[in-house]
Amino acid sequence: MSLGNLPFIASAMLVILGIYTLLFKRNLVKLVVGGSLIETGVNLFLVTFGYRTAGVAPIYTYAPAAKRMVLPTPQALTLTSIVIGMATTALLLSFAIHVYRHHGTLDARKVKELKG
Amino acid sequence: MTALVPHVPALLIAVPLLGAFLAPIVGKLGRTTRNGFVALVLLVTAALAALLAVRFLGSNGSPILYVMGGPDGFAVPLPSGMATPIRIMFEIDAMNVFMVLITALVTLCAGLFSFRYLRDRSGGDLFYALFLLLTTAILGLEVTGDLFNFFVFLEITSIAACGLIGFQAWQKRAPEAAYKVMTMYTLAGIFVLLAIGLLYAEHGGLNMAYLASAIRGSVVDQVALTFLFVGLGMKAAAVPLHMWAPDAYGEAPAPVSAVLVVNSQASLYGLFRVMFTIYGGVANAVLLGWLIVALALVTIFVGVTVALLQNDLKRLIAYGALSQIGYMLLGVGVALVTIPTKPDFGFVALQGGIFHMINDAACIGLLFLTAGAAIRAAGTRDLNRMGGLAHTMRLTSVLFIVGALALAGIPPFNGFASKFLIYEGSFQLNPFLAVVAVLSSILLLAVFLKAFQAVFLGPRPEGASVGGEAPLGMLVPMVVLAAVVIGFGLFPGFFVERIVTPAARALWYGRDAYIHAVLGGF
Amino acid sequence: MNSDYRMSVVVRTITRLTYGLIIVFGFYVIMHGHLTPGGGFQGGAVVSSAFALLLVAFGSAGLKGRVNRHWFQTLEEVGAIFFLALGLFGIGTAFFFNLFANNPGVPFGQSVPFGPNSGAVSTAGTLPWMNWAVGLKVLTGLTSVVIAMLIGGRKEERE
Repeated sequence: MSLGNLPFIASAMLVILGIYTLLFKRNLVKLVVGGSLIETGVNLFLVTFGYRTAGVAPIYTYAPAAKRMVLPTPQALTLTSIVIGMATTALLLSFAIHVYRHHGTLDARKVKELKG
Repeated sequence: MTALVPHVPALLIAVPLLGAFLAPIVGKLGRTTRNGFVALVLLVTAALAALLAVRFLGSNGSPILYVMGGPDGFAVPLPSGMATPIRIMFEIDAMNVFMVLITALVTLCAGLFSFRYLRDRSGGDLFYALFLLLTTAILGLEVTGDLFNFFVFLEITSIAACGLIGFQAWQKRAPEAAYKVMTMYTLAGIFVLLAIGLLYAEHGGLNMAYLASAIRGSVVDQVALTFLFVGLGMKAAAVPLHMWAPDAYGEAPAPVSAVLVVNSQASLYGLFRVMFTIYGGVANAVLLGWLIVALALVTIFVGVTVALLQNDLKRLIAYGALSQIGYMLLGVGVALVTIPTKPDFGFVALQGGIFHMINDAACIGLLFLTAGAAIRAAGTRDLNRMGGLAHTMRLTSVLFIVGALALAGIPPFNGFASKFLIYEGSFQLNPFLAVVAVLSSILLLAVFLKAFQAVFLGPRPEGASVGGEAPLGMLVPMVVLAAVVIGFGLFPGFFVERIVTPAARALWYGRDAYIHAVLGGF
Repeated sequence: MNSDYRMSVVVRTITRLTYGLIIVFGFYVIMHGHLTPGGGFQGGAVVSSAFALLLVAFGSAGLKGRVNRHWFQTLEEVGAIFFLALGLFGIGTAFFFNLFANNPGVPFGQSVPFGPNSGAVSTAGTLPWMNWAVGLKVLTGLTSVVIAMLIGGRKEERE
């Protein structure tokens, strides 16, 4: 059975859900989750590009002989992107904690000291 | 030691990175040791940058290629005889060297300034670790020859810059600014990553020279160009994607704001590299040029007019910095439109836009550093509550006025030289552009004179804290930047010939040399 | 959440039994990064999740005897410097040159067998060393982040 375009559709849905979260949610932590959803969608997009039909994982240890392998480069790119996303999320959440300490609220509409 | 000379491009990244990792350990030995160590690392980095620049001064050297981990060149030979361009490499031509010089100068001055500026605050170890990490990442952005490596360094600059913006976390506004800025930076990074994914799927390789030779202009390539434009434009603070810039420059500590300007310029360099080298033979130059000219005009206008309304000194300078990015974009946009038909005038505009990068970095750096000294002496950032600082801070006020006049384009400072080139080039295209540019310069002069009068002249308000002249540790970097401002203004031809013209030539005419250095006879 | 809230007995018992296994599995993933999926970051994240599990099950008291914050910061810096030093070892040829590969006298120096094989651990030169450096940095770094967020939030609660 072939996957067809299903991974691309899933990636697009993840990105759309992330954009919806960023636009319509007010809690600072929920905004971070929305950003994380968009990054996940883009990572899935990257991994799907390397797929070759009926391919196996690009690892030589105990590999089935004489079978086509999936491209390994997009997997390296995706791994780097996941690490960067993790560092970004950690930093954003730390700043959300500081904002909560100063303002007492996590509502993005009430934290509006910087204007103009 | 001379055996290390071929490895200068790698050492340019490795030395500040090693400094960033060692800074917390050295910091345990004491504050003075740590300051001396950081100063040493910054000086060595500047020396390496100067060593790299010697090769390209005024001549047309071919690009330097440095392959990571490969003695056998960029292509890994497989047993079947096929060679794939898969290693990561640094490729340095005159444009890269120009940006590296800007970075080395501004980070050295900002770093030396920060020793005294942050003396009475704790957490200095982590500040210098983040500062050196930001330096490493900006330098890496500017020398890399691989598009995904570019993305990785771009994200490292985002993280390090936001860590530094929110550094003064005990205040109310800094974490909020850092949160907003980090969200915008993350979105910009995602756009760039999408574009890189599309380019990889279309062409199968991520080396910049390989992509430059393989691009054909299909729909996927055009979509990737749009995403790269949006992502890198967001990081360079072009209007209408500029909302993060006043918060970032305004809330960061003063030396960090100067380095953030260099960060935006490095993203702008990335945009130029993508447009001119990777898409050079394929993109519709006239359409792209007019789009950039439109964006540039909006940026210049919005930056200057909103600066009029500011009461906060650092946000005022931040909006001024925003409008200057518009001047650089104007120079390059005019070049893109006119070079196919009138190459001489277009090349002049390109030189103006690129020369303005180093002038803007020096002037805005000087302005932010003097504003930092003034704020430290007055204890407040509100223009309505500062005043009369010129009585005690004579040299600082002179340096502030030097930076303000230079930025507004008054002779004999360096801003006049680069802005004159931009005016000349854009007047040839359409007089309206030059009129808007000149009027905005005059408005900028008015804005800065208002700020100068509010901060330095007039009577000192009652209850204000009394501070003396800025200490020597803060004065020396400011004087160095002012020397650059005045020197570039008095001898513009000398500097344009040595560093700007090779860079502009490498950007416009150097595409074949760039590809040839990597792919050889492919 | 007041300070005498505790997780149930089931959670605490299972955590006591399995956190050691998770740490060992994480080290296995780091060690065999050049042969099987995994490597420095993945293994480090697995080990750090063991510490996060301890935090969730026992609160900050769960880490008192087991994790020392100053040790963790020093180990983090050691990991980072070790990675950069490995890159600089081969600077005679190029930065990040794989100095130890195909060099039978050195640990991890054998040549990699060609084609599908059953995996030889002692191969691939500098790569396993770099996996260890990155794994060390990631496990200490992620654990420090989790501890800082938890204890930072707690202090606010007490004030």
